Amino acid sequence: MTTTTSHSPAIAAKGLRKAYGDKTVLDGIDLVVPAGTVFSLLGPNGAGKTTAVKILSTLITADAGELRVGGHDLAADPQAVRAAIGVTGQFSAVDGLITGEENMLLMADLHHLSRGEGRRTATELLERFDLLEAAKKPASTYSGGMKRRLDIAMTLVGGPRIIFLDEPTTGLDPRSRHNMWGIIRELVSDGVTVFLTTQYLEEADELADRIAVLNDGKIAAQGTAEELKRLIPGGHVRLRFTDPSAYQSAAVVLREATRDDEALALQIPSGGSQRELRSILDWLDTAGVEADELTVHTPDLDDVFFALTGPANVRSQTKETVR
Amino acid sequence: MSAPLAPARPTRLSLAVRDSSTMLRRNLLHARRYPSMTLNLLLTPIMLLLLFVYVFGGVMSAGIGGGGADRSDYIAYLVPGLLIMTIGSTVIGAAISVSMDMTEGLIARFRTMAVYRGSLLVGHVVGSVLQVLASLVLVGAIAVAIGFRSTDASALEWLAAFGLIALFTLALTWIAVGMGMASPNPEAASNMAMPLILLPLISSAFVPIDAIPGWFQPIAEYQPFTPAIETLRGLLLGTEIGNNWWIALVWCVGLTALGYRWSTALFNRDPK
Repeated sequence: MTTTTSHSPAIAAKGLRKAYGDKTVLDGIDLVVPAGTVFSLLGPNGAGKTTAVKILSTLITADAGELRVGGHDLAADPQAVRAAIGVTGQFSAVDGLITGEENMLLMADLHHLSRGEGRRTATELLERFDLLEAAKKPASTYSGGMKRRLDIAMTLVGGPRIIFLDEPTTGLDPRSRHNMWGIIRELVSDGVTVFLTTQYLEEADELADRIAVLNDGKIAAQGTAEELKRLIPGGHVRLRFTDPSAYQSAAVVLREATRDDEALALQIPSGGSQRELRSILDWLDTAGVEADELTVHTPDLDDVFFALTGPANVRSQTKETVR
Repeated sequence: MSAPLAPARPTRLSLAVRDSSTMLRRNLLHARRYPSMTLNLLLTPIMLLLLFVYVFGGVMSAGIGGGGADRSDYIAYLVPGLLIMTIGSTVIGAAISVSMDMTEGLIARFRTMAVYRGSLLVGHVVGSVLQVLASLVLVGAIAVAIGFRSTDASALEWLAAFGLIALFTLALTWIAVGMGMASPNPEAASNMAMPLILLPLISSAFVPIDAIPGWFQPIAEYQPFTPAIETLRGLLLGTEIGNNWWIALVWCVGLTALGYRWSTALFNRDPK
């Protein structure tokens, strides 16, 4: 294809804005996704992730913003953008009334592949996504995981260089979810750019080169998973006791520790390095504290997520998002 | 791809035709795989045909032609009306399938692909017109089987009759597509399309306009089905057409334009 696009970013947005009535969904967002990388937009429900995908994939128009996808201006030449991208939305985009194979051939026809080429591509992708056996069955009879796989297979028919995946693993069981991760990694190894939204922090951590945390229509933070984790403190050693009296006496000795009376646990701030850990253990020995369980916590994306998205309702959100 | 071997860059028109025929094939595949929807819609006109001929036929025939008419006269009177009614009943399928498409994720996929924008609607319209024509053949065959004969139609009149049917089908299909686009779900689409079944019941399909009670007469007279029915009846049976033919034409052109503008405006709107 064109060589000019390989040097310019696959996706670039500057000042992206969208409002429905007086509700601002996206409030001036800047994003840059280099070609051949995985970018993950992370955020709680209603943060504007899907709206961002819909705009960047030409489904709806932005109110403002300088937007380029695949080197083409979104407002000026949406058809050129469409020719460069593949989209798998949040809701299954397969035709349930026809078979999996017919769905694939429909895509091949819409991509103007020749008959032979279309058949070959369809069979290849059906095989790759383990759908060959079910190819002749109506897609409406597929399980959730199979529908998702067919969905992605259909997206890949035209060989798009930029792929948008809007919450690709929501509603999948753990095995299907890991399969999906494998699929996404495979895509990237072929040099495809992936723009991924997710509400699973683990998923962004696993897959993404860069992560942007979207909260309330704004980018709260952006960077690699490591960079984001460094943004906030949160590393600690956690000591758990089974005997309440042992807990009480330890709590008196370790006054710096944060108490969790309900769980009979103490938290001592620590970066988690070997040196820090040894000094803590030495200190516990001299103080005569013997915990029943010791765990080291490094800050993970969960900590980042909760620190960045709505500090006022962190507690309720914890319960809601981490299911 | 090596440049010298690449085919000449396809024109916009050829791409539009290609994408539209792909979408048409998809719709015909649906119709072939699930014929029950079209057959269900066809049930109303066929039931009415048999009901009015065999159950009410004796009484009804007394009401036309100033008495002295028999059952076969009533069949002749009824069939053109039921053919036009069949169009109204079966285009509802288009409203339902358009609405089904619009409420599913698949439409978002089509919209984010570099295909001709109008192809989805064109596929639905052409597919619906073909389904209606096939339905008309079926209803027509039943009519002939129970004794309907065209008494006085020249080749030219047959041609005009086909033309009228095609135009009327196209007009109602575009209206049905607009209804499908405007409905939040397939159930609502089928409700919104109810007038397409109800209007022919209050038209000149079953009894002449002047046999309808006074306050119903304006509804029967000023609506698209009556002039279309009267024109078809005149073409096939030699009854008086009067100015019905151009009124029917105006309805066809008007409804087609309205339905087209309505559907495309709704389609080009940003989806939710």
